[in-house]
Amino acid sequence: MVKKLNGKRVVSMVIVWAVVVILTLSCLLPLINMLAISLSGSDAVAANEVGFIPKDFTLVTYKKLLEDAQFWKSFLISVERVILGLLINMFFTVSMAYPLSKSRKRFPAREVYIKFVIFAMLFSGGIIPLFMVVSNLHLTNTIWALVLPGAVPVFNVILLINFFKGVPESLDEAARIDGASPIEILVKIYLPVSLPALATVALFSIVNHWNDYFSGLIYMSKSAMYPLQTYIQQLTVDITQVTDAEQLKQMASMNNRTFNATKIVVSTIPLLIIYPFLQKYFVSGMVIGAVKE
Amino acid sequence: MRQGNKTAAAGGKTEFAGREKRMFHLMLLPGMIMLFLFVFVPLFGSLMAFQNYVPAKGIFGSKWVGLDNFQFIFSLPDSRQVFVNTLVIAFAKLIFNIIVPVSFAILLNEITVGICKKFFQTVVYLPHFLSWVVLATVVTNMFSLSGPFNALVTAFGGEPVQFLADNNWFRQVIVATDVWKEFGYNSVVYLAALTGIDLGLYEAASIDGANRFEQTLHITLPSLMPTIILMTALNLGNILNAGFDQIFNLYNPIVYETGDIIDTYVYRIGMVERQYSIGTAVGLFKSVISFLLIMGANKGAKKLTGSGIF
Repeated sequence: MVKKLNGKRVVSMVIVWAVVVILTLSCLLPLINMLAISLSGSDAVAANEVGFIPKDFTLVTYKKLLEDAQFWKSFLISVERVILGLLINMFFTVSMAYPLSKSRKRFPAREVYIKFVIFAMLFSGGIIPLFMVVSNLHLTNTIWALVLPGAVPVFNVILLINFFKGVPESLDEAARIDGASPIEILVKIYLPVSLPALATVALFSIVNHWNDYFSGLIYMSKSAMYPLQTYIQQLTVDITQVTDAEQLKQMASMNNRTFNATKIVVSTIPLLIIYPFLQKYFVSGMVIGAVKE
Repeated sequence: MRQGNKTAAAGGKTEFAGREKRMFHLMLLPGMIMLFLFVFVPLFGSLMAFQNYVPAKGIFGSKWVGLDNFQFIFSLPDSRQVFVNTLVIAFAKLIFNIIVPVSFAILLNEITVGICKKFFQTVVYLPHFLSWVVLATVVTNMFSLSGPFNALVTAFGGEPVQFLADNNWFRQVIVATDVWKEFGYNSVVYLAALTGIDLGLYEAASIDGANRFEQTLHITLPSLMPTIILMTALNLGNILNAGFDQIFNLYNPIVYETGDIIDTYVYRIGMVERQYSIGTAVGLFKSVISFLLIMGANKGAKKLTGSGIF
């Protein structure tokens, strides 16, 4: 079929491109603006002269950031919690998803367990009772408060269950006849063929842990223990304490904007590094996740 | 001989099956313990919604007050406002988080230059992965008095607006920025659904003289309907989650009137003012309603599309 390039078609394609380009730019430009602010002189920023290209280009805030001990302490806490949180999340995701992916016939108790898990996903006691449990277990002000309450990422478990269900049963039949134990079957057969799904849930875990500021905010009483996002959240917290419009105006014009922008840019770099992988896997992840349990 | 072999194999099979079941229980045990500790114990703890909870006395020592806390909440004008805000914001997000991603997916699908399409996708998915802590600063920048939106307002001869400190604007900004952050990510499922549409349908339609727009209306949209219904059902369960992280990082006392939602309210009452019982009661009320909504939405989706959420 040959497409005729009539006038109407050209006009509609121009509109299509225009809308898509505008939407794309709307996502890109604000972030570029942040980067430009971080690289500009503070006077130019205060005078509101910085758009998408740095003005009075300088790396002074980046140098200043290198000496900011609290920033790097928080950065390190975030790295530590991502690693620890990832290991814990993966352990629970795999150890729960595998048995729950088996048929009712092969593992009758599955039905009870799965109800328990879905209920846990849908119903929560709210933040106050959870906070009390965490503090009664004496986890507050330790890294465990950041990784244990969310140790079982239920959404990831369900995603992996759906993936495991798609693994042909004949594979595991053959291994069973060869005398492999259930754990061997999981490690030697299921995990290797599930690498894309494992990568997906691992990336979700990493992003969740890196981006979470709230557990740091409620479980850490000392700001020295804040993970990076909580630290950054506190930089802007003053704005939420402001009670009149005049004060807000002053806050917005304050001159640490370039320094804050630098902190934000640096805190985003780890995400940008893993972003190509994220993009590669999350589409498949969403598609697997969409398959009903 | 053959018979004997079979029995032996069957015996091995049941032995394996038994061993496997024990192993499965064992594998599930640690995860169940964690869920018990961090989901079910707090659920038990939310009984304090029916108490006048005093931390020193604990759940077992505090006085039971029945539904007093709930009555108290509903008598406060504040909490009524909070419920209204939550519903209005969440409902607007629900609608626009369908319309924009569906439209974007349809438009993007028209673009056939592979490398451009890939670039657009790469960019629009990005905001989803950035935290509201980071994006709050970006949004504050964009909507500040000296930001581009106010530049636009003044260019058209208007007075500059404090978008984030103005009750006439706060909700709109919240909804718009949420849609902005998520439309790329939300469009993924629709793009996937679009690739599944039978191209023969379009060919037949164009032979019948239908133009591109008519084809979209009569073929594309109906084909996306099951996905749209499923996504709506999924989001309906979230109708009382108007987006804590976003609002918490963008609001201020000036806009409590239009922007304070259940979750931010619970945070302030419970975690800041330390009125544990009241905060828990609000949270519990929300949990119960959400749970019922999700169950209802799941039933509805099953009826309409034949497949539920779970």
